[in-house]
Amino acid sequence: MSLEHFLNHTVNSWMNEEGPYSDIVLSSRIRLARNLNNIQFPTVATNEEGQQIIGLMMEHFAEKEVEKVGKLEFLNISELKSLEKWVLVEKHLISPQLAEESNYGACLLSPNEEVSIMINEEDHIRIQCLFPGLQLNEALELAQQFDDWMEEKLDFAFDEKLGFLTSCPTNVGTGMRASVMMHLPALVITQQINRMLPAINQLGLVVRGTYGEGSEAQGNIFQISNQITLGKSEEDIVDDLLSVVHQLITQERTAREALLKTSHIQLEDRVFRSYGILANSRIIESKEAAICLSDVRLGIDLGLIKNVSRTILNELMILTQPGFLQQYAGGPLRPNERDIRRATFIRERLKLEELKDNGGDVK
Amino acid sequence: MICQECGQRPATMHFTKIINGDKTESHLCDQCSQEKGEMFMFPGNSAFSINDLLSGLLNNNQQMSQSKESAVQNNKVLQCDRCKLTYEQFTKIGRFGCSNCYKTFQPNILPILKRLHAGNTSHTGKIPKRIGGGLHIRKEIEELKTQLQSFIATEEFEKAAEVRDRIRNLEKVLNEQGDR
Ligand SMILES: [Zn+2]
Ligand SMILES: [Zn+2]
Repeated sequence: MSLEHFLNHTVNSWMNEEGPYSDIVLSSRIRLARNLNNIQFPTVATNEEGQQIIGLMMEHFAEKEVEKVGKLEFLNISELKSLEKWVLVEKHLISPQLAEESNYGACLLSPNEEVSIMINEEDHIRIQCLFPGLQLNEALELAQQFDDWMEEKLDFAFDEKLGFLTSCPTNVGTGMRASVMMHLPALVITQQINRMLPAINQLGLVVRGTYGEGSEAQGNIFQISNQITLGKSEEDIVDDLLSVVHQLITQERTAREALLKTSHIQLEDRVFRSYGILANSRIIESKEAAICLSDVRLGIDLGLIKNVSRTILNELMILTQPGFLQQYAGGPLRPNERDIRRATFIRERLKLEELKDNGGDVK
Repeated sequence: MICQECGQRPATMHFTKIINGDKTESHLCDQCSQEKGEMFMFPGNSAFSINDLLSGLLNNNQQMSQSKESAVQNNKVLQCDRCKLTYEQFTKIGRFGCSNCYKTFQPNILPILKRLHAGNTSHTGKIPKRIGGGLHIRKEIEELKTQLQSFIATEEFEKAAEVRDRIRNLEKVLNEQGDR
């Protein structure tokens, strides 16, 4: 399989499209948790009940043409190979929990993968909309549209006082989790992030490193989401989150400018060293790759690196994970083999970019 | 013990997960657990940390109520009659078994919800159209009534009359729904 062919078939819209504020915001996501009123929640459901949910979902929603979205594809998780499941997880389309733990898990996917509906995860139904850049309101609108559409056919568990009833008490009320993934390298370099995170937590929002905790976030990527789901409307939750995100954008941009002014040569050195590692290494662990990708991405955003498109880093952050590497390799790989493949993959990808830049034929 | 992922290096990390009462154990080496860790720690997969917290919170709550009263008896009796989940089981897994659990455990869980959601115990967000038909109308009537008050206060009687008629219409719709 050629690299380009592989890329064409694995990169979904949020990885390669540039949304608003895409220099700092990678993606926006809305997730709505819904349950049916008269069937036990997946935590305790019997096999029959699990199958019943799948049956209902297939009957009403699979293969249905949805306006502006297209025909929904139905995937039975138990029928997928483990590598295929991993890839769906790495694309953020399903949760690791659905991939690994559910006996009767399934999902519905829209053709552009903007919408994925998990079935029988922690809740009967989880509607997820994932957009590139900062588009929380757009994601909310689409998620609501799907929610309304499903509610026409299904009796959701809803209580006048407590709202949507979810399996876990942390989701009750709106059942909504809104989250934004942000790349904040300058706030990390200048150590300002440590001052900002506690304040954000006090606003009822949670900040998480994509792969770790707090400022140890790998690749300087942070996920910010709402913690409270009860007592606030969906719109208020999104508004609160957006106001914090806008503040972080402003702070990150200020910090980037300050860095350029005060430490231009050090910054340039760091960025190009990282580029050098990505372009030349033969073995690279995921952690080092994430750090270097973050540096290079910052270099592109600041105009220090001119011949690499910003979106290939979105891609690479996803595509150099174990599942994708093994899918590309066509079979299972041991960790040390993955490190070699990862290095090769990144080198090839950067070369592809160079060829494009020089007007070379890469078809 | 050898790592079950790569089958090469010695397993140094041991995980226990309990799902639906089934215990699964996994034994991994440093490197594989790191690689697997990447899978577990995806955004949205906050279940682990939040759940740990929650479980602590729930158990705390139970202990408190147990020490206050002789609630041991109470907690044994408290069981959802639809899904058969007991309150004790709920505090262990931190998950409800069905929508009826919320009714069964309501007095016990309200203080927990309050702590989880910054003091809030009432939903103010979206109401499903079909299920919440009457609820929509009742909420609208409430809003119109406050409007009516303020129109009366400012002596805008023409507008007040309009609002009053709308309230009457909505109440009629509500009654018709109730009759069905
Ligand atoms: Zn291993
Ligand atoms: Zn129950």
